[in-house]
Amino acid sequence: MSDEKYAVVCRGLRHAFGSAVAVDDIDLDVVEGEIFGLLGPNGAGKTTTIRLITTLLPAGAGMVEVFGLDVASHRMAVRRTIGYLPQQLSADGSLTGRENVELFARLFDVPRGERRERVREVLAAVGLEEAAERRAQTYSGGMIRRLELAQALISSPRLLILDEPTIGLDPVARDGVWERIQEVRRATGMTVLVTTHYMDEADQYCNRIALMHRGRIRALGTPDELKSGLEPGATLEEVFRAYTGDQLEESGDFRDARRTRRTASRLG
Amino acid sequence: MTHAAPAVPPAGSADVPPAWTTWRLLPARVVAMCIVELQKIRHDRTELYTRAIQPALWLLIFGETFSRLRAIPTGKVPYLDYLAPGILAQSTLFIAIFYGIQIIWDRDAGVLAKLLVTPTPRAALITGKAFAAGTRALTQAVAILVLSAILGVTLTLNPLRWLGVIVIVMLGTAFFSCLSMTIAGLAMSRDRLMGIGQAITMPLFFGSNALYPVDLMPTWLRVISHVNPLSYEVDALRHLLIGTPGHLLLDFGVLVVAAAAGITAASALLGRLVR
Ligand SMILES: Nc1ncnc2c1ncn2[C@@H]1O[C@H](COP(=O)(O)OP(=O)(O)OP(=O)(O)O)[C@@H](O)[C@H]1O
Ligand SMILES: [Mg+2]
Repeated sequence: MSDEKYAVVCRGLRHAFGSAVAVDDIDLDVVEGEIFGLLGPNGAGKTTTIRLITTLLPAGAGMVEVFGLDVASHRMAVRRTIGYLPQQLSADGSLTGRENVELFARLFDVPRGERRERVREVLAAVGLEEAAERRAQTYSGGMIRRLELAQALISSPRLLILDEPTIGLDPVARDGVWERIQEVRRATGMTVLVTTHYMDEADQYCNRIALMHRGRIRALGTPDELKSGLEPGATLEEVFRAYTGDQLEESGDFRDARRTRRTASRLG
Repeated sequence: MTHAAPAVPPAGSADVPPAWTTWRLLPARVVAMCIVELQKIRHDRTELYTRAIQPALWLLIFGETFSRLRAIPTGKVPYLDYLAPGILAQSTLFIAIFYGIQIIWDRDAGVLAKLLVTPTPRAALITGKAFAAGTRALTQAVAILVLSAILGVTLTLNPLRWLGVIVIVMLGTAFFSCLSMTIAGLAMSRDRLMGIGQAITMPLFFGSNALYPVDLMPTWLRVISHVNPLSYEVDALRHLLIGTPGHLLLDFGVLVVAAAAGITAASALLGRLVR
């Protein structure tokens, strides 16, 4: 299964927290160079799937390969190919923007001679050059997300994994984040695996989409395929409802609120 | 578009580490974490000052009073001189024993997950954090030693001994911060860690030779003091700073073994926190 043209291959992937099965026998192929969207309601298992791909969780059953490397046996090599942005706002508020990115440059062994220039470039690419010397606790939500994008991009990853990169952002900030992602991808051909709750984003930016619900993948295809597969003129939101049977929750549920509060208190 | 051209070189250019980075991994990670700690201290010095208050009170009130009382026989060494290394060790203990809170904080904030998706083995991350705690303890040590000197404690002038002080403070703090991170891995929550930390600091402190010679202790306390790494830290610091007879090699050996054991235990439990 080490076909070169796949960035991610999952086969029979499963993970349970105690008796709760979060990811249930998933098969998934992400083609190199595409933007692949993982969609699903709260608790669908998106984050768990991502944690299985990023070596954070051991698979209960099945296997994951990233660029042909088995995740269980090549952890370090897999991590070098991945840029990861977790669901929470995870920049360190007590450090400046530049220091936040520098840390990840060091952790990815960016050679010392190139470090300064690379950090500068990445900060410029996410539009944070001016704010680089300010502490991250003074940043807006959109700026923090772009800073985290810079942290994820500093190692020139072949695979960028974004867990709800635009959660809690206003429309302008959302566009800002997506614009940067698009630009870097155009310039480098890197693969992007992204989860989101926003159907319009998925429709606009993703080449292919998997709809996830209760740990399983319910539908998979390009946005157009999914829409026309339901009925002519259907929106992606209608497709989502049809497959999940759930109300689409916007970012207002309890878990989100708790997360936001945690982040707020941490960033001071 | 208002900003610069592509920041990232073609995909795939950085995915194979040169062989020489492999053996450099551990020291490189430790350096990275220590630098972050120094940056944090530089941005926010309030903790440095607030944490200096308690040791200052110990030296000023407890130290001066007991010096006058002459209640604690410390031979020819003035009691304040005897006490200063003990208070130094105490203050690094306080920094270290709550250091695990940071790792729980990092877990809640997604920072830990992000760190663990970098090519950083768990043991390297823990070692980095342990020595970052040591870095913070060293900045604190400077404040306490300056104060001690002002109060008239005769400190060594030998640079080699000062180097030894740095090593001992680093090792002692590394051990106690790993103890804290181990408890974090077991307790899994900030509040519980705070509770456990508070419950064990005072026994660790009083069950050591920080305030009084081991000879004065009842037998049961002497046993505790013998298995307490803090006693070895104090013994080494006292020997290095004010020249009392000590067992430097033994102290050093115990602290190295303790730190290594702490790193092993904390790394093994780190998985629980990210799960
Ligand atoms: N650490 C954990 N311990 C126990 N159960 C967990 C843990 N993490 C996730 N779960 C459970 O696994 C299921 C899938 O969670 P997951 O976080 O993967 O969903 P998600 O699709 O990312 O949801 P959201 O959109 O809210 O982020 C949920 O039922 C969740 O409660
Ligand atoms: Mg999620």
